[in-house]
Amino acid sequence: MSGSIISVKNVTKRFGDIVAVDGISFNIERGEIFAFLGPNGAGKSTTISMLTTMLRPTKGRLMLNGHDVAHERDSARKSFGIVFQDPALEEELTAYENMKIHAVLYGIPRVEQEQRIEDLLRLVDLWGRRKSLVKTYSGGMRRRLEIARGLLHHPIILFLDEPTLGLDTQTRNLLWDYVKRLNEKEKTTIFFTTHYLDEAEAIAKRIAIIDHGKIIAEGTSKELIRQTETKTLEEAYLKLTGTGVRDSESLANNGLNVRLTNRNNRLR
Amino acid sequence: MDVIYILWLRQMKRYVRTRSRVLGAIGQPILFLLALGYGMGAVYKRAGEGSYLQFLVPGIIIQTLLFSGVFWGIQILFDKRFGFLKEMLVAPVSRLIVLLGNALGGATISLLQGVFVFVISLALGFKPHNWALLPLAFLMVLVLSLTLTSFGAGIASMVDDFQGFQGINNFLIFPLFFLSSALYPLTNAPTFLRILASINPLSYSVDALRWALINQSHFGIVKDVVVMVLALVVCTYFAVNRFNRIQV
Repeated sequence: MSGSIISVKNVTKRFGDIVAVDGISFNIERGEIFAFLGPNGAGKSTTISMLTTMLRPTKGRLMLNGHDVAHERDSARKSFGIVFQDPALEEELTAYENMKIHAVLYGIPRVEQEQRIEDLLRLVDLWGRRKSLVKTYSGGMRRRLEIARGLLHHPIILFLDEPTLGLDTQTRNLLWDYVKRLNEKEKTTIFFTTHYLDEAEAIAKRIAIIDHGKIIAEGTSKELIRQTETKTLEEAYLKLTGTGVRDSESLANNGLNVRLTNRNNRLR
Repeated sequence: MDVIYILWLRQMKRYVRTRSRVLGAIGQPILFLLALGYGMGAVYKRAGEGSYLQFLVPGIIIQTLLFSGVFWGIQILFDKRFGFLKEMLVAPVSRLIVLLGNALGGATISLLQGVFVFVISLALGFKPHNWALLPLAFLMVLVLSLTLTSFGAGIASMVDDFQGFQGINNFLIFPLFFLSSALYPLTNAPTFLRILASINPLSYSVDALRWALINQSHFGIVKDVVVMVLALVVCTYFAVNRFNRIQV
């Protein structure tokens, strides 16, 4: 799969006895918008952590833009930008200073720094507040700042880990409009996770659903709906991952709820 | 180089912007100087040991470095809890550089506070024995700032919550301070205290600084310097080793 910008092959991550990610594989093409869905604790963030060099996989291989994540960390790191699930800003500094630190960390040439920072801060509508300390920012402003920061070094892949969590509708729309435009204009590959299925349906070209560390379905939202013989992505998702407490029906449907199978076997 | 500088700068900006921290960190040593230096001074003199303030100042400067260096470790804990560490760790920069930039910031802050306490002690009536040795004293304070900042960074890398850090603080920092030669001369101290103080590396730093400032030494300056350098090496190794293991 030489054309893939993200390639994950048989990747497993264990924490002691717990298998957080269990032999997953997928490929993402350049310029794709890819949504990674799954219940809490399914292995989404662990996968993102591995892709972004923060965790080492127990087994398997992850490639970003042709760089092996485990062995060519710095090249891999230069290829992506990330907006973390929890804010990762320095609150005692101003927005501008946060951007400046990022520019230096990523080795952006000094002559370009100022212009790029200004462009991005204007884009997310924070230029007027660039001299305010981040601790005075609202949740939405922080998110916007983080997105601007994640784009500062012109990444070809952008990871968004639940980027719209806790945002109002206006800010969410603004964010997705921007991400879509970025994807169209710069061909930036987008990899995002979310719990809002309408977002995934509207934005993502392809979707993977992960549960209990395994990818249980993959395709466009239409394909997923067709496969599960449901009407909406939400129904398809619920059918695949089960409603609430995981019922044995969903197990019968896909046969992949490993942890549950094991637990049931033990109970018997 | 740019990266180290910008991380250092961040620490300095943070420090200057949180004035309560500046006051808190300097207030305590001043309290010690006033309460002990003046309060105990009369007893100390009557015992025929000369001026207690003279004796105490080097110890209190070291105390300032100890507290500020180790409390600075909280910064790493903050970054771990509130996310900025992630931003630094996913950047295409080695962890060693990240640690170095941050630790140099911490050490500079410690150094500034140490110097500030020294200036205040001058105002309170402290007289260095030989002004020409002052640069040497400064160098000692610098080395110890680096040592203790690394120590703090290493500890903070190991614990994940503030309560844990508090515990370490009580079980490590206070014994280190009280069981050193910072507050009392070891010459006439009971044997067990003398033994405890002489296995405490901090005592040697106090002793070295005392040698430079008031020309008094218990262990001898050569031994002091050797222990100080050793402590720097060990603490730096400890910090690098622990910091490399952080997983976020």
